[in-house]
Amino acid sequence: MPDAPILAVRGVMTFYGAIQALHGVDLEVARGEIVTMIGANGAGKSTLLMTICGNPRARAGAVLLDGEDITGLPTYKIVQRGVAQVPEGRRIFSHMSVFENLQMGATIVDPAHFHHDLDRVFAMFPRLAERRDQRGGTLSGGEQQMLAIGRALMSRPRLLLLDEPSLGLAPLVVKQIFEAIGRIAREEGVTIFLVEQNAYHALRLADRGYVLVNGRVRLSGPGKELLANAEVRSAYLEGGHA
Amino acid sequence: MAYFSQQLINAVTLGAIYGLIAIGYTMVYGIIGMINFAHGEVFMIGAFISLIGFMICSTLGIGSAPVAIILVLFMSMVFTAVYGWSIERLAYRPLRGSFKLAPLISAIGVSIVLQNYVQLAQGARFKPGGRIVEGGFNLFTADGFDVRVSWLQIVIVIVTVVLMAGFSLMIARTPLGRKQRACEQDMKMASLLGVDVDRTISLTFVMGAALAAVAGMLFLMYYGIIDFFIGFLAGIKAFTAAVLGGIGSLPGAMLGGLLIGVIEVFWAGYFSSEYKDVAAFSILILVLIFRPSGLLGKPEIEKV
Ligand SMILES: Nc1ncnc2c1ncn2[C@@H]1O[C@H](COP(=O)(O)OP(=O)(O)O)[C@@H](O)[C@H]1O
Ligand SMILES: [Mg+2]
Repeated sequence: MPDAPILAVRGVMTFYGAIQALHGVDLEVARGEIVTMIGANGAGKSTLLMTICGNPRARAGAVLLDGEDITGLPTYKIVQRGVAQVPEGRRIFSHMSVFENLQMGATIVDPAHFHHDLDRVFAMFPRLAERRDQRGGTLSGGEQQMLAIGRALMSRPRLLLLDEPSLGLAPLVVKQIFEAIGRIAREEGVTIFLVEQNAYHALRLADRGYVLVNGRVRLSGPGKELLANAEVRSAYLEGGHA
Repeated sequence: MAYFSQQLINAVTLGAIYGLIAIGYTMVYGIIGMINFAHGEVFMIGAFISLIGFMICSTLGIGSAPVAIILVLFMSMVFTAVYGWSIERLAYRPLRGSFKLAPLISAIGVSIVLQNYVQLAQGARFKPGGRIVEGGFNLFTADGFDVRVSWLQIVIVIVTVVLMAGFSLMIARTPLGRKQRACEQDMKMASLLGVDVDRTISLTFVMGAALAAVAGMLFLMYYGIIDFFIGFLAGIKAFTAAVLGGIGSLPGAMLGGLLIGVIEVFWAGYFSSEYKDVAAFSILILVLIFRPSGLLGKPEIEKV
C-alpha cells in the first residue's frame, strides 16, 4: 500500500501488569515527515515507542507499518522491517567499543554495506571516528547520544524513533543533536518520530506534533501552531527553551 | 620433586576437563544470569554417547584412533547439543520472567530426569569403554620415580587448549559472539537492533552443551569407566571452577578449572583421596563467602 502512512497507531492500549499506561493512542506519521510527541514525565512516551517495537505489546489496538499490522511481531522482526529506535537513556553497550556498538547497529544489514555506512556515520559525527576504539561506557553523554543515533542509522532504517535525545545534555550539545536529526531527515530521507519533554527544539524541528497527557493524545497540529498554543506554552515551555 | 611433577601433570589434565565443563556454566550464566543446573547431566550424557560411539566404531572396524575420536566427538557434540537446546526450551524459556528460582528448580528436575533416564536405559553399573589411546613416555626419572606423560593426556590438553582458544576468539570477534555479549549486557537493546534474543540464548546453551560433550568424551577416555552419576560430581566441581574463576568470565572458567584440578589431585596425592571432593566443596563455600565475584570476575555490576 503505497498511500498508507509509514506508521499508524490505532487505539493502542498498553498495560504494565494491571497498570494501564496508554489509553487508546491514535497517530500517524507520513513518509518523509518529522513528527514529534511531547509530554511530561510519565505521560507514556517511552511506552508508546516501545509498544511500536513490540515490547511491551499493545493489549488492544494496532500498530501498522506501511499499512501492515505489526502488532503481534517480536521486536527483532519489527526492526528488520526498517524501524530503528534510539531508546531513552541511550543504552550504549558500555563494555563494547564505539566500533563494536556500530557493528551491533548493523546486525540486520548486508555486511557489504558496512564500510560505506560506517563512513557516513563518521562523517555525520566525526567525534565517533576519533573515539572509534574507546569503550562505549567511557564516552560523555553527548558522545553517547551520537553513538546511539549512529548505531540506529547503521541499520538503514526507514523510520527512526527517538526517545528524548536531549535528556541530560548541555544546551549546546542539544542544538548539535537536533541539527543532526534534521540532517538525517533531509539528507538521508529517513522518516522521524521523536518524543521529547524539551518541547521547544522538538516542535521547531517537527512538521507536526502531538501532545500526550496521561496516556492519551490531548492535542495535535503543525509544529509551529503547537509552539504558539497557550496550553503548550504554559505546560511545556516554561522558561525551557534555549 | 618427581612425585610433585607427576601430580601436576595429572592435575592439569583433570583441570582441562573441568574447565571445558565450566565454560558451559559460565556462558549460560553470562547471558541469562542463571545457573544451568542440568549442565552436569549434559556432560554425563556426552560421556555415554561417546561410549556408544566408540562401540559403534569398533563394530564397524574403525581401528584408527584419530578417526574414531573425530567421529565420536562429532556425534557426541551433535546429540548433546540437542539436549542443551531442549533443556533451554523446556526448563528455562517458559519460565523466563517468572520468579528467579523457578528455572533453577525446573533445571534440577530435568537433571534428575536425565540421571534416571540414563540409569534405566544404560543400567546403574559402571560401564567400561573408550580406552583407545594407550601408552605414553617417560618425561624424566628422579628419586627412583618415573614421571610419565600419556599420549592421552597430551590429546586432552591439546583438544582443550584449541577449543578454548577457538571459543574465546569466537566470542571476541564473530557476529554471533558480539550478539551474545550484547544480550549479556542489555537484552532489550539487543532486540531493538534486530537480534533474535531467544535464538542467541538457545545457541549459548547449545555451545555449552557441545563443550560438555567434548569433556564427557575426554573423561571417558581418561578414566575408561563411567556411570549415570558422574555428572553430579563433575558438574559441581566444574561449577565451583566457574565460580572460583569468576562466573560469567571465560578465562575465569579456564583458570578455575585448572585450579580445581590442581587442588583435587594434590589433596588426594598428599592428604587423603577420600576427602578430595570435600576440598572442592569447601573452596566453593569459601569463595562464595569471601569473594563471590571470583578471581577474574568483575564485582557485581548492575544489569539495566
Ligand atoms: N516497566 C514498567 N513497569 C510498570 N510501570 C511502568 C513501567 N514503565 C513505565 N511505567 C509506567 O507507565 C507510565 C508511563 O511511563 P513512560 O512511558 O516511561 O512515560 P514517559 O516516557 O512519558 O516519561 C508511568 O506511569 C510509569 O510509571
Ligand atoms: Mg520516557
